[in-house]
Amino acid sequence: MPASRALTIALFVGLVALALFPLFGDKYYIQLLTKIMIMAIFAMSLDLLVGYTGLVSLGHAAFFGLAGYVLAMMAPQDAAASLWITLPAALGGAALAALIIGFLVLRTSGIYFIMVTLAFAQMLFFFIHDSKYFGGSDGAYVYFRPTAALTGVQLFDLENFNHFYYVVLALMAGVYVLLQVILRSPFGAVIVGIRTNEHRMRSLGYPTFRYKLVCFVIGGTVAGLAGYFNAAQFGFVNPELLSWHQSGIALMMVLLGGMGTLFGPVLGAFAMILLEQLFQGLTEHWLLVMGGFIIAVVLFLPHGLYGLAAQLGRKREAEND
Amino acid sequence: MTDTVLQTHELSKRFGGLAAVSNVSLELNVGRIHAVIGPNGAGKSTLINMLSGDLSPTSGRIVYRGGEITGFSADRISRLGIGRSYQKTNIFLGFTAYENCRLAAQSRLPSSMRFFRRATTYHRVRDAAEKALAQAGLENRAGTLASALSHGEQRQLEIAMCLATSPKLLLLDEPLAGMGAEESARMVELLKSLAAGHAMLLVEHDMDAVFTLAEVLTVMVNGCVLESGTPEQIRASPAVREAYLGTEDLAHG
Ligand SMILES: Nc1ncnc2c1ncn2[C@@H]1O[C@H](COP(=O)(O)OP(=O)(O)OP(=O)(O)O)[C@@H](O)[C@H]1O
Ligand SMILES: [Mg+2]
Repeated sequence: MPASRALTIALFVGLVALALFPLFGDKYYIQLLTKIMIMAIFAMSLDLLVGYTGLVSLGHAAFFGLAGYVLAMMAPQDAAASLWITLPAALGGAALAALIIGFLVLRTSGIYFIMVTLAFAQMLFFFIHDSKYFGGSDGAYVYFRPTAALTGVQLFDLENFNHFYYVVLALMAGVYVLLQVILRSPFGAVIVGIRTNEHRMRSLGYPTFRYKLVCFVIGGTVAGLAGYFNAAQFGFVNPELLSWHQSGIALMMVLLGGMGTLFGPVLGAFAMILLEQLFQGLTEHWLLVMGGFIIAVVLFLPHGLYGLAAQLGRKREAEND
Repeated sequence: MTDTVLQTHELSKRFGGLAAVSNVSLELNVGRIHAVIGPNGAGKSTLINMLSGDLSPTSGRIVYRGGEITGFSADRISRLGIGRSYQKTNIFLGFTAYENCRLAAQSRLPSSMRFFRRATTYHRVRDAAEKALAQAGLENRAGTLASALSHGEQRQLEIAMCLATSPKLLLLDEPLAGMGAEESARMVELLKSLAAGHAMLLVEHDMDAVFTLAEVLTVMVNGCVLESGTPEQIRASPAVREAYLGTEDLAHG
């Protein structure tokens, strides 16, 4: 069985399991999985930058947090905001921020890139943290989940946790497919070429800055999508959402799952949050255990959990022959 | 008179106190191969790097098809139809030979800001990539990872990628270095066949190949042009003989 077919089957099985889960699982776990899938979208958007384009950003949470704030600022206190207005606004806000920040930070590379992305995200963090309008360090509430009603017809109700779950599941699958399509397009070939050898890409005639910028904007927009639904789920935003800590979590999910694979970050999001739950129940020193686990994976599984799964798959295949 | 494609005027490049290239003026024409030779460190690669936009000149001008291109970025120069190969192999090691050439050929699409159609379904790109691979003698290695190619094959791939961008002007930095005798002979034939439709600047240490191919030669030493002329003039030049004395033998070329 070729690796790509094994992956397709694994994806399909995973998707079916996720689709059936709400029929059996209770509310707590449905909401936990919703949170995981939102983080999976966030991690995939970072993998596009880190794993495929070679842009290690430590400020990716800026777009995640910003989109959440757009929703919080637009949502009225006594009624639900319209999804069809606030979502495009949040995505547009994240895209615009990514365009501006990307325009400035993409002039640097390597360690400097890591530093300036971090610096920009921290600037945004403190701007929001210190401004009364955004609620300062206390954050702001989204009193009602956005409504999907359009001219009286309501396709789904985000107040219903089952509906919310399926919307996020569909979005996660949609983002996966969209990014997969983009990666196979001429644009995708260019960004992977840039990661491998940017200098040669330029001498082949590619204005690499432009491609990196567009990629940065796509990544920022998808991160905004995750941030919007995160804010909608928890009904609350605070500056922590934009912090380097939040960026670090996404980066760890990417590393844990296997960067440059798209499926890896999804695995990483599930593994990280589920293990967090597990260790939390076992010991109060769970952060220490979690840290040790991530170090072990990075040291012993250079291609992350996805790499391990692929390796086991190959082994079984060899045994079956 | 042949058509002049590119001219340099008093082109110079300094690295701090080092004058790597000093006041080089030359002319490249369609239909003839212009070889630049000289000992190690003469400034040949630096000259190519300025023409390709990898380095910007300290002073002097570069004129391409009547327009000034001095200081243009490498990608812009490439899109104008100036292709180059590197002395030190500069390929995508993790891609197959075909994918290296496909990516090179894809750069000739009006834009690669195309997000939805599969990259591998652009037939013009595929044809150009396959043609370049075949020209460089790698048609049987299309599916092999570049990192798994022999050193000589990687050198062939370096040329194939340059050809896949369909350049009008070729800047080749030691294309034969590291190739076996057979590939080398094949490459000489290829360059000869390309001469008719292209302008070409050829930097090469293999004197047999240089004297077989070049219609014009420029000899550089320490960044300066020592002599320029036809192969016969270069062979007869006392200055060139002196510069090369004991290092290489031009006489039998
Ligand atoms: N980026 C650079 N920075 C500083 N010095 C450089 C740089 N590139 C080249 N040089 C110097 O400029 C001089 C010319 O180098 P260049 O590579 O152009 O020579 P070359 O004629 O191509 O030699 P070879 O035949 O060995 O390839 C050398 O002294 C080299 O050390
Ligand atoms: Mg050189």
